[in-house]
Amino acid sequence: MKETKRNKLIFTVVAWLVASLVFFPILWMFLTGFKTEVDAVAAPRLFFRPTFENYVAVRERANYLKFVGNSLVVSLGSTLLALALAMPAAYAMAFFPTRRTKDLLLWMLSTKMLPPVGALVPIYLICRSLGLLDTRISLLVIYALINLPLVVWMLYTFFSEVPREILEAGRMDGVRPMHELYYLLLPLSLPGIVSTSLIAIIFAWNEAFWSLNLTAANAAPLTAFIASFSSPEGLFWAKLSAASTVAIAPILVFGWLTQRQLVRGLTFGAVK
Amino acid sequence: MATVKLSNLRKNYGDVETIKGLTLDVDDREFCVLVGPSGCGKSTLLRLIAGLEEITSGDVLIDGERVNDVPPARRGLAMVFQSYALYPHMTVANNMGFSLRLAGVPKAQRNAKVQEVARVLHLEDLLQRKPKELSGGQRQRVAIGRAIVRNPRVFLFDEPLSNLDAALRVQMRIEISRLREQLDATMIYVTHDQVEAMTMADKMVVLRDGAIEQVGSPLELYHYPRNQFVAGFIGSPKMNFLPANVAQIQPAGVNVTLLNGTSLKADVQADGLLEGAPVTLGIRPEHLTFADDGQIRGEVAMTERLGGETFVHVQLDRSEILTVQVDGDNPVRAHDRVCIKVKSDNCHVFTDSHDAIPRLQRSPLVDVRRTNMSRSGPSRSSE
Repeated sequence: MKETKRNKLIFTVVAWLVASLVFFPILWMFLTGFKTEVDAVAAPRLFFRPTFENYVAVRERANYLKFVGNSLVVSLGSTLLALALAMPAAYAMAFFPTRRTKDLLLWMLSTKMLPPVGALVPIYLICRSLGLLDTRISLLVIYALINLPLVVWMLYTFFSEVPREILEAGRMDGVRPMHELYYLLLPLSLPGIVSTSLIAIIFAWNEAFWSLNLTAANAAPLTAFIASFSSPEGLFWAKLSAASTVAIAPILVFGWLTQRQLVRGLTFGAVK
Repeated sequence: MATVKLSNLRKNYGDVETIKGLTLDVDDREFCVLVGPSGCGKSTLLRLIAGLEEITSGDVLIDGERVNDVPPARRGLAMVFQSYALYPHMTVANNMGFSLRLAGVPKAQRNAKVQEVARVLHLEDLLQRKPKELSGGQRQRVAIGRAIVRNPRVFLFDEPLSNLDAALRVQMRIEISRLREQLDATMIYVTHDQVEAMTMADKMVVLRDGAIEQVGSPLELYHYPRNQFVAGFIGSPKMNFLPANVAQIQPAGVNVTLLNGTSLKADVQADGLLEGAPVTLGIRPEHLTFADDGQIRGEVAMTERLGGETFVHVQLDRSEILTVQVDGDNPVRAHDRVCIKVKSDNCHVFTDSHDAIPRLQRSPLVDVRRTNMSRSGPSRSSE
């Protein structure tokens, strides 16, 4: 399509519309957090008297920092574990492919299509038998395994972009296979590995199903923190919004700071 | 001292045989060029020697030692890749010193060696740059430098100049030729460019479909191609091929008749030829001249003027086109009627199975070596 002035204008308008559509709920949540509970359920009004009472209430009711700590440990830990498992796998698939490598990759991705509920009871029972209910280690391992197919897939794509001849030059220079990852592959695909990690961290941070079902008081991450404001005494929209705002704030800032890497990661393989 | 010997070497990819039982000797300090059309297996052959591909059967011997199972770095080889394959995250100095670092050479010694090689290749000012900050020619020199630093017994070059522009290619060609004088190592060089092959090689190996067509000095291949493929591959513009029949066999040559009835004499050995047998006459464009008493008549179809010389494409009576190389100032134009003179000692004759019939004369330069191999080079530290 031609890059005429008119087309440019249309694209810009459409892009802004879509962006606003996506952003609107977040904005609304942010605003609601500053309303009184009465205002929150009243007919939407543009102007209201802002209040911090919800944030105070949220702070009083739960130890926010503990939830943040759990979220941090679980998302960072699961990402490291997933990378540790995925890197050798992706290395093998990218540099020593067999006829079945593509099928294997697809099969791995297909496990993402299983509804998590289908695995809930067995995994719950396993965790209970091992005494891992409401522990961070169980969430960490489960998140790592959930993200593993995606991480392998992305790393595979990034590794495949590393010119083969550079690794061969390394072999001629005396790089042993074990060192190849450290001396060559890691530095060469670092941007890709960073993008992959970012996405894995965000996915783990946002995951709610397993955290709600497998944790209670001790290991609950921020997703459980939000949920705890929705149930017991009926809905309190304003407090829920305030809680959600503080829950997503860290990852929002994180995503905003790393957006360039993120875009690169999300369009992986598509843009060279 | 480093000789490379390939003995009955085979490489299969699944059911496809890419190297078909190849035997080759490369002498010590020889510049051996593997040349052939794309897909002939020349790069695969180099990678088998390097150890980057697994050998299906047969042996690679370096200095008489079988190295089939020796990892690439311990074969005493260095390779220069077509894409240079520099480590993009390392400076030039680190690129060149990487193999020494892996080998555990102390830093001071390593730096001294890198400095020394950088001086030879005029890279001193670039040592702290990253590869992406270098031009194509500079990257090429770094790649060569990285190979030299390792002090290898054998250098392997995989089409090292094909990514450079024409002017730079000529310059680097000369630089590599000069370098080999100083380096005193055996070199195996892969190219599809026959000019590169002709100008650099001591020994030229023409490959086709994973098998050797002919091995010899460049002039040997030029003057005495063993078959029609080699004859067509070596020389630019390409040798002219005309279908003909053996008319008469004499002690001092053979008379052949072209399809239009023109009779020509060719100085080739007549043994085994039968009168009336179909053959192909081969004549190089540079061996044809325009003359009033020329035997072949035709009409000029097109001229290509290069300044110093002119290639004239002449349409014969039938569908054949003959390329003639004449002086740059020859006034010939399209649609001129011309007579082309063929000298009998410039004629090649090929049987209908494309084998060359031996020629009678021997060119005096064929066996002259490019460099004097008996000279005693600087003594090499053994690895």
